[in-house]
Amino acid sequence: MPYEALLVAVLALPFAGSFLAALFRANARNAESWLAGGVALASLALAGAAYPLMAEGGIARYSAAWVPGLGLEFVIRMDGLAWAMTMLIAGIGFLVVLYARYYMSPADPVPRFFSFLLAFMGSMFGIVLSGNLIQLVFFWELTSLFSFLLIGYWHQTAQAREGARMALIVTSAGGLCLFAGVLLLGHMAGSYDLDHVLAAGDAIRSHRLYVPALILVLLGALTKSAQFPFHFWLPHAMAAPTPVSAYLHSATMVKAGVFLLVRLWPAMGGTHEWLWLVGSAGLVTFILGAFLAVFQQDLKGLLAHSTISHLGLITLLIGLDSPLGQVAAIFHIMNHATFKASLFMAAGIIDHETGTRDIRRLSGLWRFMPITGTLAMVAAAAMAGVPLLNGFLSKEMFFAETIEIHDGSPVDRALPYVVTAASMFTVAYSLRFIRDVFFGPPPTGLPRTPHEPPTLMRLPAEVLVLACLVVGIVPGYTVGPILETAVRSVLGAAVPEYSLAVWHGFTPELLMSAFAMAGGIAVYFLLRSWLLVCEGPPLFRHINGRRIFDRVLVTLSWRLARRLEEIFGSRRLQPQLRLLAAVALLAALAPFYMQDLVPRSMARPELDAAFALVWAVGIACALGAAWQAKFHRLAALILLGGAGLATCITFVWLSAPDLALTQLVVETVTTVLLLLGLRWLPKRLEEISPPARIRWYRGSDFAFALASGAGLAALAYAAMTRPSPDSIADFFVENAYTKGGGTNVVNVILVDFRGFDTFGEITVLGAVALTVYALLRRFRPAPESVPVPEQQRVQDIDDDAHPDRKKGDTVRSAMAVPGLIMRLLFPVIAVVAVYLLLRGHDLPGGGFVAGVTMAVAFILQYMARGTTWVEDRLRILPVRWMATGLLLAGGTGLGAWLFAKPFLTSSFSYLEIPLIGEIPMASALLFDLGVFALVVGATVLILIALAHQSVRSRRAPRSREAEATTLAPMAELR
Amino acid sequence: MSTLLAWSITATLLLLGLAMACAAFRMLRGPRAQDRVVGFDSLYVNAMLLLVTLGVRSGTTFYFEAALVIGLLGFVGTVALAKFLLRGEVIE
Repeated sequence: MPYEALLVAVLALPFAGSFLAALFRANARNAESWLAGGVALASLALAGAAYPLMAEGGIARYSAAWVPGLGLEFVIRMDGLAWAMTMLIAGIGFLVVLYARYYMSPADPVPRFFSFLLAFMGSMFGIVLSGNLIQLVFFWELTSLFSFLLIGYWHQTAQAREGARMALIVTSAGGLCLFAGVLLLGHMAGSYDLDHVLAAGDAIRSHRLYVPALILVLLGALTKSAQFPFHFWLPHAMAAPTPVSAYLHSATMVKAGVFLLVRLWPAMGGTHEWLWLVGSAGLVTFILGAFLAVFQQDLKGLLAHSTISHLGLITLLIGLDSPLGQVAAIFHIMNHATFKASLFMAAGIIDHETGTRDIRRLSGLWRFMPITGTLAMVAAAAMAGVPLLNGFLSKEMFFAETIEIHDGSPVDRALPYVVTAASMFTVAYSLRFIRDVFFGPPPTGLPRTPHEPPTLMRLPAEVLVLACLVVGIVPGYTVGPILETAVRSVLGAAVPEYSLAVWHGFTPELLMSAFAMAGGIAVYFLLRSWLLVCEGPPLFRHINGRRIFDRVLVTLSWRLARRLEEIFGSRRLQPQLRLLAAVALLAALAPFYMQDLVPRSMARPELDAAFALVWAVGIACALGAAWQAKFHRLAALILLGGAGLATCITFVWLSAPDLALTQLVVETVTTVLLLLGLRWLPKRLEEISPPARIRWYRGSDFAFALASGAGLAALAYAAMTRPSPDSIADFFVENAYTKGGGTNVVNVILVDFRGFDTFGEITVLGAVALTVYALLRRFRPAPESVPVPEQQRVQDIDDDAHPDRKKGDTVRSAMAVPGLIMRLLFPVIAVVAVYLLLRGHDLPGGGFVAGVTMAVAFILQYMARGTTWVEDRLRILPVRWMATGLLLAGGTGLGAWLFAKPFLTSSFSYLEIPLIGEIPMASALLFDLGVFALVVGATVLILIALAHQSVRSRRAPRSREAEATTLAPMAELR
Repeated sequence: MSTLLAWSITATLLLLGLAMACAAFRMLRGPRAQDRVVGFDSLYVNAMLLLVTLGVRSGTTFYFEAALVIGLLGFVGTVALAKFLLRGEVIE
């Protein structure tokens, strides 16, 4: 099916082009334009090639598996409406690229511009061609993102940054609402596939979730299309380069919202809610936009407000909820894109050639640029709805549609009069655009002398204006078939009778048009003198959308957050811990109530006297540690070591040598770590007696601790006294060797069955180590902990007092023998670490134990001779160790892809090595090696960062130079 | 396993357990920090012997690695504590 390839090409081309465009040199304007223009033209040609199918009313579809587990498919689907929109986006995209070639100054970095523009074009294609609602939302958010980047293209100006930020926040918040709405829609229709959803209209409309879904979808569509009350972002987005405005705010971005409404109308329209919600939003926007546009002094501001107004008109048409309304809406989407794009281009030309966009300063430009003037005039006339231009045709349809009776309410009855009045403003601002800029006395004091732009810069506007004229004069031969194709795809068999003729006879809508024209001219001449001096529109001068937006934003993101933080947050450690313990306690209590988890009696186990003794030692140590923890930290630490050791022996006794090994090395490292930290804790001040409040806190904490401990014990007892259910343990034991190639089940689980978990865990470990390091870089010890410890001072004084001793002799002699042993042990411990690593797959051991062991070897060197001595001789780069480990583990996992297996699939075989013989080799060993390296790096990084505090605090008085030389090995970390 | 060996192992385990209890008493009681550190070290030594004895009793070598690790690394904690007491910080 050639159409499938065609669809994929249309969607992929702009993104590929965007990627390519980003690689060009900063001033490659011509090459970028050729590329971007070529991509747009190719898309246009490809889409055009699909016309025969579209004309028959066919649908081109391409689908690929996306998330098969959730039943999601990636579907590109082109029907008449999508086709027409694609043509529009590609066609106007090409013209905008051509225009931008001349508009962008040589100083602008164009790769960024064209890259974003192409990516935006691709995202728009994605929206109109999505055959899946989730996918549509994805591209929807992409357009928000790329429009943000495009609007903020000149990010050196605050205006651009503000405008981009506002557009992003409003449209992407709307996008999130749309996402929620789409999820509801998918739930109601039973599928996210567009065809299913469109066919399930009745089910959706009668569902009780219809109204919430409608509101959420509308929030998405109305924010995107800048409808009241979200219209305020559009004028601020005018800080974008004019080609961006011409593209985003005429043919594409803002049209996405109304496109979505038309798209979903068959599924969601036809209800009272639709009529009132969509219709009223459109009506208010139409009137408000037209009114505000008249009073703008900035050319682009006027066009922005007129865009808002015209989008309101389209939304109103969709909201009127009749097939004819949809026809008119689709027709006006096309017409508005053509005349508004050309008007933006004209405004850009005027800005480019005169240096200003202020209507008050511009005047009489006709004599300098007659061709541009003519183009702008025709386009503005189309905007006003002058006969023989395309705007007139859709406006006639619009008037005719408003005359129809919809629900007979007073608003409905008043509608023709209201829209005629609002249309007067449309005529007035169109007239103002032309008369104030091109006629009148010659301009004075312009930054540049105006003249015609290069021919090719004018060409895009000429093409668009020609389209306005041709469509306006012979609609049936030009736009007729295209409109027919688009309309039929939306309305199916229910396409109403409509006529594209220029002359329908004397009809009420003609009368309305005539009134609007006459009224508009009258309004303009009545207000003219005042318009040239007024500052902002009357009535609305003090309602500044931007100010309200900023205030809401500040309230939400700053004040409210602060307030909540004040109420719920605490920066004090004790309440946080108390809360944590309380939640854990409650969570642990729950199973007793909900699961009826009562402790059962169990057979008295055989009591081994020695084991009981070990446990008595452990319990005594644990209690002692808790007792001493507050005021005798060192004693508590020693006792904690005793309790830990009892745990290790228990593990061995109960046949868990792996756990015992790990626990042992962790005990060792923990002791060193806590001791390193102990150095920085303040000493107890005995003379302070705590107030009653503190004593009460301590009492309650004690109760908490007792309750938590007793609860945990009860839980453990209850769990252990019941028969163990069939667990997955058996699976692991049975398959460890056959599937994982190892006899140590624990290790096989870690590196193979649960390899992905381990991979995640070591990543977290690395992140934690880096965080600790980063936090310690900013660590400022308490003032009383900064000086050299008392012991060292005493020893130094003693050394100084004896003439035959040098400073530091005491420690040197005390550490002479242990220090030597510790240094000699380095290779021994390293060998044990390698031994533990290599045998891990089959016997107790593994990467983690080995890593911690290796880290201990490094730490011993630091303890033996001090930081400076070690780092002069040994270059440990913990971050490199960590990076190597992570890459190795990840790379091993990825390696499985080379053999077309899922991530982290391991393989094993036996390898014949001379002299050693046959040894088992598993790819899991490489993974384990990664774990090993990361653990070494992380542990060493944390310990060394702590150890460096001593060097740092002592270094403070010394010069920066000395610091650089003594700490060179750590330099790359800093 | 001969009866003699079985009895000796049981007696050894008991005696080692008692030794650990004595060491723990010194750790708890003090009175000086140095006493506690020495108690801590002898607790580790006893634990290592206990593990070897356990290995003998079970007839496997699985438990010896744990004993090996204590033998090799058990002193690290003691050294760190001693260094802390001697100099006021572990790594200078």
